[in-house]
Amino acid sequence: MKKKNIKNKKILLSHGSGGVAMSTLIKEMMIDKFDNPVLNKLTDSAGLPPSGNKQLCFTTDSYVINPVFFPGGDIGSLAVNGTVNDLSVMGAKPLYISCSLIIEEGLDMDILDKITTSMEKASKKANVQIVTGDTKVVEKGNADKIFINTAGIGILQKNIVLSKNNIQIGDKILINGEIGAHGLAVMSERENFKTNIKSDCSPLWDLIETMLSAGGIKFMRDPTRGGVATVLCEIAEQSGFGIQIKEETLPIHDNVSSFSEILGLDPLYIANEGKVVAVVAKDKASSILINMQKHPLGKESSIIGEISEENMRRVVLETIIGGKRIIDRLVGDQLPRIC
Amino acid sequence: MKYIIEYRNKDLSHKIANRINDLLKGYKGKISLMEVCGTHTHSIFHSGIMSLLSKEIEHLSGPGCPVCVTPNKYIDTAIAYSRLGDTIITTFGDMIKVPGSTSSLEKEKASGGTVRIIYSPLESLEIAKNNPGKKIVFLGVGFETTAPLVASTILSAAEENISNFFVLSGHKLIPPAMTALLESKEIKIDGFICPGHVSAIIGEKPYFPIVENFGIPCVIIGFEPIDLLEGIEMLIKQITVKKKPSVENQYKRVVRREGNEKALALIDKVFDVKDSPWRGLGLLSKSGLSIKKAYTKFDAEKNIECEIEKTKEHPECLCGEVLCGTKRPYDCTLFAKTCSPENPVGPCMVSSEGTCSAYYKFKK
Repeated sequence: MKKKNIKNKKILLSHGSGGVAMSTLIKEMMIDKFDNPVLNKLTDSAGLPPSGNKQLCFTTDSYVINPVFFPGGDIGSLAVNGTVNDLSVMGAKPLYISCSLIIEEGLDMDILDKITTSMEKASKKANVQIVTGDTKVVEKGNADKIFINTAGIGILQKNIVLSKNNIQIGDKILINGEIGAHGLAVMSERENFKTNIKSDCSPLWDLIETMLSAGGIKFMRDPTRGGVATVLCEIAEQSGFGIQIKEETLPIHDNVSSFSEILGLDPLYIANEGKVVAVVAKDKASSILINMQKHPLGKESSIIGEISEENMRRVVLETIIGGKRIIDRLVGDQLPRIC
Repeated sequence: MKYIIEYRNKDLSHKIANRINDLLKGYKGKISLMEVCGTHTHSIFHSGIMSLLSKEIEHLSGPGCPVCVTPNKYIDTAIAYSRLGDTIITTFGDMIKVPGSTSSLEKEKASGGTVRIIYSPLESLEIAKNNPGKKIVFLGVGFETTAPLVASTILSAAEENISNFFVLSGHKLIPPAMTALLESKEIKIDGFICPGHVSAIIGEKPYFPIVENFGIPCVIIGFEPIDLLEGIEMLIKQITVKKKPSVENQYKRVVRREGNEKALALIDKVFDVKDSPWRGLGLLSKSGLSIKKAYTKFDAEKNIECEIEKTKEHPECLCGEVLCGTKRPYDCTLFAKTCSPENPVGPCMVSSEGTCSAYYKFKK
């Protein structure tokens, strides 16, 4: 094991932003220590060893978001959908989730009520039950309004094994619609920008179940923190193949593209909360795409690229004008530029 | 017209690229074009236009990234302010990861310093009003594009009688840096891709002496792929046809000949032109802006005392040379090894406009 160099180092915000800094931290501080075959697969949710003829999937996620309410959602719906989606992209039907709250002293009861009502609605929509929970209150200043942790359990669908090991050259990469909205919606609410961008926060199981029914899905992931670019880089690095994507096929709405242009952000790296990136067999791609487009959460689905034998372990984007550039992992937070 | 998509047309891009490549048939030798704007660096890599052009065209990045040209001493001063306890540093996001001599604002923030990322200097005034017991220090870094905004923020602060707002002025001017590069004669530059945003403020005139004294073509260019290709075509025409070099303006939809007089007047009202230190280029005459006497009470350096650590530079970091175009990021022994966007040693690796960061991200 490489010796950790942690003397005089502190946790920086970039350790939590889904980029290289975070993966290094997770590896050094946790994976190397907790080390076991279920964890080491590093999937969005852990596929537990089968018991009887059923295999369970288990996942957890914490939600710390400022502001807690934003266009298109709030911390409550996010906490439900995020966990539901982590199970769904594994091919597991989400069934039960937990709800653990860390609340800051002084929070308006009304805000808490709105958040838990939103969780209730989101869980009904996602067809899951919130079956256990915990509540802690900390002194004012020791938390920012409210932090939520949810864990979730789902049942892996029969004969479905989604893994990067299934990926082959020629496979197509699909996404179920426009990217970058969630991150920008939260940002505009926080910074008081006037935009009409709404978060895409939604539960993906229903859409994913339709996608799985056609067969041919090899791997899926939800492009949350770090955006589509990060997911693609992970697929390229871990499968060992190259990925080619075409900028002109990326579904990006005008408002997202203009707003990110102004701030110097790249929508490819912005978080989504209702998107799934799927690697599918070449011959099934168009039928899966048609199925997706029929679903309310997949109307703008698109084939954005393919697995290739060129540029192994790299993601190469063909720009709108036909130039090429390498898409790399995000390092730290995306920071707005000076000019 | 949406003014974005029209400038990213594939067929048109290829048409212009082919015309440029045709112009180069029969031309002997390499042509070095330098841009002096970080947004150009970024756009050129982001759109991949160089992959459409003849290998005979070399693209050099000059000192156009505001964060990158800011010397260590400025960063150290900002860090020293952040440690005072009664200060709030407000800054554009780019600055917080830039390493100073021994620390960075990001690290100071994790150790308890108050550093806030803002999107407009005016936000500092709100912060000042809401925190009457604190001194708000805005890091005024940038070129002719940001200076008018900062000037108008200072004027608003004066009007509203805000006494706890200060600016640490590190503003710099682009044309003196272009001249300094040509005077140094260390690199071959055949044409300048002049900065679109800066030119929107300063207009065409400041480039005339460059053309007259050094015979180097200057074309003001926009940031979309079609802008860049059209502008490069204008430059290549000037270079290959070898008529008298001139200042041309490709970015007429934004840049007026006379610039933005209102913005220039704001700069003039609040700032004096002074000699200023640039990373890589050293002290350049009349290349920076300091706050005028009438507005001294907003000048951080004149009002807030602090102890600044002794400036230390990393002995192997080539940011200075990279900024002058005399070295490429690949020439640096630290590049992509010790120095990465995650652990930047020099500022060129931090900002998305920085040359090293662009090389790392797009070409690695």
